[in-house]
Amino acid sequence: MTTRFTEDHEYIRVDGATGTVGITNYAQDQLGDIVFVELPSVGQKLKKGDEAAVVESVKAASEIYSPASGTVIEVNSALASEPGLINSSADADGWIYKLRLDNAAELDSLMDDAAYKKHTA
Amino acid sequence: MQPTLGCPVSETAGESLKTVVLNDEHIRLGGRMVPFSGYSLPVQYPTGIIAEHKWTREHAGLFDVSHMGPSLLMLNDKSGDPERDHAAIAALVEPLVTADIAGLKPAQMRYTLLLNDEGGTRDDLMIERPADPKWAGTLYIIVNAGTKQADWALIEAATAGRATLQRADDGGLLALQGPEAVAVAEALIPGVAGLGFMTCRSFDWSGTQLIISRSGYTGEDGLEILVEAEKAVQLWNALLSDPRVKPIGLGARDSLRLEAGLPLYGHDLDDTVSPIEAGLNFAVSKRRREARDFPGAARILSEISGNLTRIRVGLFVEGAPARENTTIFDMRGSGVGRITSGGFSPSLNRAIALGFVTPGHEAPGTQLQVEVRGRLQPATVAALPFVSHRYVRKATA
Repeated sequence: MTTRFTEDHEYIRVDGATGTVGITNYAQDQLGDIVFVELPSVGQKLKKGDEAAVVESVKAASEIYSPASGTVIEVNSALASEPGLINSSADADGWIYKLRLDNAAELDSLMDDAAYKKHTA
Repeated sequence: MQPTLGCPVSETAGESLKTVVLNDEHIRLGGRMVPFSGYSLPVQYPTGIIAEHKWTREHAGLFDVSHMGPSLLMLNDKSGDPERDHAAIAALVEPLVTADIAGLKPAQMRYTLLLNDEGGTRDDLMIERPADPKWAGTLYIIVNAGTKQADWALIEAATAGRATLQRADDGGLLALQGPEAVAVAEALIPGVAGLGFMTCRSFDWSGTQLIISRSGYTGEDGLEILVEAEKAVQLWNALLSDPRVKPIGLGARDSLRLEAGLPLYGHDLDDTVSPIEAGLNFAVSKRRREARDFPGAARILSEISGNLTRIRVGLFVEGAPARENTTIFDMRGSGVGRITSGGFSPSLNRAIALGFVTPGHEAPGTQLQVEVRGRLQPATVAALPFVSHRYVRKATA
């Protein structure tokens, strides 16, 4: 499994043809307490860069852009009742949706762990 | 994702920010500093807005509101008779505002509105009559940060030659709010528990004089304390050393006042909104209504008699928070208003909002809809405040 990052602080964890998307720990810390998450629909087709979800903190709404193209195969329904999972566990229990990837080569343009660390330093 | 902290007031890029006297303390405490009304101020500390909000409702929250505009307006030619001098300063200020300033007893304060000639709101503010007779002829006036320059210029022009305005915004203004706030302060400043709600007095503390009022912007019991710059850090740290006190940022200040149903100037109030549209009828005094001697009196008295075009309401919003400028619709899909501030209520664990609707849609329980990101969500008119005020009306000591 490899994890890639966007400049806008989404991550995508790739396992074969499936990608799990969320926001990074850095991003959740910047946003503060998450109080609402608008999830995509299962079956929804997304192009890389499409608005896929919305994460709301106490103060503001932030759009989540899909790091890759594909079809949504699962959403994290636990976030409906417990949006704070993104704060407590951004990279594990706080994942947002899973995507069946159209084209794994798209991920090559995203940052790896070292590059993302540099991006947020 | 674009991380944004969503500052309640938009800022002009490139303008240099002023710092408050407690700036180093906020940074030391891990405060996340953001631009607000021209100042760099903490939106939250590391525990976050929800924890800070709940702490204030349960214990005591300490807020730095030094960006606001405390000031003293002093009569130039005093007669030496306290009642005559108070009447004289009141007569200079009353033409600008809606409150009965002449009727203030020593130590009393009132929430009032500074109006334009059309009855729109230039600002909402507090006016206090000092307790000590030797200060008769002076009013302590606290205005909002974003409007202070314009307010002071207006007051100075209206009172020129007869009174002198002295800014007092170069020091610290602290708010200590919550059910344990007064007990905390009493341990440090004996006598403060003797203040009744909406009264103020000066207290000697550690070789300086504090002006303390029993008032606030959270719906809780609490105090607002003016302290000179040299002593502000010492007072802040003395209050924080009590385990019942935690520092609270602007984020929770906003969510607390929203739950308390209190309007925020520049959002729920502006120079087009009248006090009656905003549901602030209590701030237009009986004597002033009878005298019809405040700006925009014709419009405001007509609105009091029922001729309104919009009314401020509270809304419970189902689902995602509905933010400022969200359109409000009736159940048939006709636009009936606009949200002026909205967010998430940590106490109620749901989205709430304030907004204006056309008459006929203001009764609590009325079913409405709000459009968030192109989709309609149910909303219900709620009685204000969303969370009951817990002011302590009588002195506790």
